[in-house]
Parts: sequence; structure tokens; C-alpha cells
Amino acid sequence: MPGHDPPRRFPTLVRMESPAVEIAELVKRYGRATAVDGLTLTARRGAVTAILGPNGAGKTSTIEICEGFRRADGGTVRVLGLDPARRELRARVGVMLQSGGVPPAMPAREWLRLVSRFSARPLDPDALLGLLGLAEHRRTPYRRLSGGQQQRLSLAAAVIGRPELVFLDEPTAGLDPQARHACWDLVRDLRAAGVSVVLTTHYMDEAERLADQVVIIDHGRAVANGSPASLTGAERQLRFRARPGLDLDELLAALPAGSAAKESPAGHYIIEGQVGPELLATVTAWCAAEGVTADDLSIERRTLEDVFLELTGRELR
Amino acid sequence: MTTTSSGLDLTPAPGAAPLSRMVAAQAAAEVRGMLRNGEQLLLTLIIPVLLLVGFSLAPVLDLPTARRIDFLAPGVLALAVMSTAFTGQAIATGFERRYGVLKRLGATPLSRGGLMLAKTAAVIAVEAIQVVVIAGVALGLGWRPQGSPFAAALLLLLGTAAFSGLGLLMAGTLRAEATLAGANLVYLVLLGCGGVVFPLTAFPEGVRGVLELLPISALTGGLRAVLASGAALPAGTLAVLAAWAVLPLGLAARTFRWE
Repeated sequence: MPGHDPPRRFPTLVRMESPAVEIAELVKRYGRATAVDGLTLTARRGAVTAILGPNGAGKTSTIEICEGFRRADGGTVRVLGLDPARRELRARVGVMLQSGGVPPAMPAREWLRLVSRFSARPLDPDALLGLLGLAEHRRTPYRRLSGGQQQRLSLAAAVIGRPELVFLDEPTAGLDPQARHACWDLVRDLRAAGVSVVLTTHYMDEAERLADQVVIIDHGRAVANGSPASLTGAERQLRFRARPGLDLDELLAALPAGSAAKESPAGHYIIEGQVGPELLATVTAWCAAEGVTADDLSIERRTLEDVFLELTGRELR
Repeated sequence: MTTTSSGLDLTPAPGAAPLSRMVAAQAAAEVRGMLRNGEQLLLTLIIPVLLLVGFSLAPVLDLPTARRIDFLAPGVLALAVMSTAFTGQAIATGFERRYGVLKRLGATPLSRGGLMLAKTAAVIAVEAIQVVVIAGVALGLGWRPQGSPFAAALLLLLGTAAFSGLGLLMAGTLRAEATLAGANLVYLVLLGCGGVVFPLTAFPEGVRGVLELLPISALTGGLRAVLASGAALPAGTLAVLAAWAVLPLGLAARTFRWE
């Protein structure tokens, strides 16, 4: 949607209206295992797109194909309108790997400076280190940084070349709350500056707070796609906790037509429909008649986590 | 200019730096990495200098040349080339592959060709330091080199190409630990039977013929012919080294796995 793009500050962008990333029917196999199975998605320019999915859903395979590290076994992928294998993309796209990628003995600042020397108009390494709270650690070898510090250094290296598009593979995995917020602020700043961001995550709040568009993938396919608001829906829910095994059919009979009730997980009840004073009164009256105390009763919108669990199931992987 | 909470101008301004700047930056980082690494320094500077000083002062070896230092200095120079171009480079590159450094660099504007150029430049820069230190110590011990320094430099470069090819072949195909063990083992074996400090004449005739085909023997023999006897570039030596340069480099180029 061109109307949603940020103001164009960059003459070369004007003639290139291809999306940041365009993936159609992507297939990736490792031996007999199919990691990506007909995935289709589009990431808009200037927007933050979050790819959300459980472990093993195909997130990293997808992003690494976009980064040019792996080849697709089927389908098409275009990054800034180009084949991801094209070398010219390396200067235009910033990459943050899920882990590693830095020589263990190399001090933080030296790594960032090295990566900056590959770009024509890089950001100042020291300013970026300061922004991400790494100024004190500029001389610390990579292997002596904490996991969160290593993540932030990798994030810094992804953006230092002033790319048009950045791929962030689980950028905040294992970060403490302060570091997560610093990372989120940087992503918001990137977006404000017109940079397209594609990130993978399995943190729902991250996707909900940061993303313009969320693509939920499972078993290598997109199972939902849209803005966080459109995915969670405008409808509100009434939730409460009580002893497991209440007879919901009886409750439904008392509720206005078009309502729905379910117990998920055991002892947690969710009522959907015209959530208003009337429905609230009906539910509490029914609970009173049953001799049940409804705990933690609340009216709220579905969260992305609800949507995610509905779509991808609750079993562990 | 976009005002953001960070105060940084993140507006896209992509572009690759000129190749020369990328290669220089990467080469400088590689040199710093080699000089920072204690085990590498042991291999590239300390062991060669100890061998040079030790064997030139202690008459434990029966050497064919009248002056021990004139025999030892060319051998130790060859060892220095092997330690940096082969052992050091193989181990460092093997672990760069393991730690995803090669993969990450692949996502920067620095091309693989540029990376290889930088590695070669870094190896040559470290070798230059080694030559200065080893030649300085040898001169202090009374070394009187003969022959053409250009011929010697050409041999060192050809040796560098041969050992780099072998090192990269190992680093690009084996696991990092296997490369570490293998590269150290090969270093020790070639140190022992490549004419570095023990003359090949100490080996039986049949064995010697085989040993002379090793890249280290070709390099020590060639350097000794030039620096100790003032001979012209020996054709046989050049042929052996060239073969060792072409075959492994070609194989490495075909088999190298970046991840």
C-alpha cells in the first residue's frame, strides 16, 4: 500500500516501489524434512514486519533465504525487488544472525568499526555503542560479553551501514527488560527513518508492540497475516477462572444467541459475543446459581498470544 | 535528517565502500587477530626464533655447512612461512567458519574474493614481521646471506601460496577441531622431516627422494640454494612449489564450505 509508506527522502527509492520482501510459495527442504512448505508473504517498505512462529516453524530458514545464505528449493523470493543472491543487496540490507558471527577474541568496538568500514556512509560506531549501552564494553572481547551484550553488538552491526532493509533473527531473545526496550526503541527509530524491518520472534508482546504487520507461520506455512489489531480482532472477551469442568452448554443456553463459551485450558473460561452489562450479569448470575466463584473475572480483547495458541496449538515442540 | 529518540540519523544511505578500503580494513583486522593470539605467536615467532638461536649456539646437530647459522636461517625462514600461511591460517579460518564469522562477513559488502585478498595480505604482512625479526636475530648471530633477495622473496611468496592452499583446503572441509589438531601435527612432522633444522642428508636415500617433494623441503632447499650458496633460482624447487600452490588452491576453491 503506497499510501502507507513513509515520506520519500531518498531519490533512488522513488523509482523502486517493489516491496521490501516478497515471498511466494517458498519451499525449503533439509533432506526429507520440509522446513518451509509453500510460504507466501509480503513485507511492505518502511514497515516493521514480524514473523511469528513456534520453534521449528521455518522462521530462520525463511529469513536466511532472504539474506542470501540459503537457496530455496521452490517458489520465488524477491528482496527489494531482486533475487536474494544478488551481491548488490549486501550493501542495502543489514543482517543480524540469531547468534555468533563475531570472532570471539575481537573487542566490541573493533568489530563494529570493521563492519562500518565496508559501507560508504556508515553510522558512527561509538554513537551506536553508546545508544545500545555498550560504551563501557568497547574494549571487551566478544566472548567476554554477556549474551545480551553480544545480541546488541550484532544488532548494531546490522544497522551501521545505514541499510534500506534490516533482517533481525530473534533480536531480543534472552535480553533483560532494559536491553529489550533499547532494542525496541532502535527498531522504532529505524521505522521512523524509513527503514524496512523484518524480524522473527516468538515473543507476542514484541510483535504486538513493534509490528505493523504480523505473519504467523507454523509448519512452514503462513497461518495468519495482518496488523496486530486485525489479528486480535475488535471483539472483547469475558474471562474468568473457576473449578474445571463446568457445564458450558447450560451456560450458553442462558446467554444471548451468537455467544460462544469455552474452557481453555482447564479451569480458564472464555466467553465471546456481545460482551456488555447484560452478558456480564447473566454469567455472574449463572455462576451464583451454580455455587461457583468466578476468579479474576475480566473483560479484555484477545491478545496476540491467544490468536497464536489457537492457530499453532498448545503442544510443546 | 530524521529526528529520533536515538539522535542518530538512521535514514537509509546504503552503499559499499571501495574494495581497497574493505580489503585494507579486513586485512588489518586479521593481522591484529594473529598478533593478539598467544598460541599463534608461539608458532610464528617464538618457536622459530628459539630454534634459530638454540641450534646455532648448541652444537647438537651435524650440519653440512661450515657455518651453522648459514644453514639454519633459510630453514627457519621457511618454517616461519609455513607457520603463518599454513598452520595459523588453517586454524584461524577453521574457527571463523565454526563461529559463523565467514557467514556473517558474507552478508557484508565484502565479497569472498575480497576476503581472500585480505587474508592473503594479512599473511604476507605477518610474514614480513617474521622475516624482519628472524633475519635480524640471524644477522646478530653472524648470518651472511648470499644471492638475490628478490629470488628469496619469490620463493617465500610461492611457498606462501602453496601453504595457504593447503591451509584453506583443511579449514574449508574439516571440522574446526580436526583442523586444529591436523594443522599442528602437520607442522611438527614437516618441521622434523622437511629440512628445516635437520638436514635431509640425515635420512636414507630412498626416503630422502620422497621428502624432497614436500613443499617445506622445496622451500628450505630453494632458500638455502639462494641464500647460502648464492645460486640462481633452482628450477626443480620452483616446479615442486608451483605444483603445491596450484593443486591445493584449486581444490580449496572447489571444496571450501563457508558454513
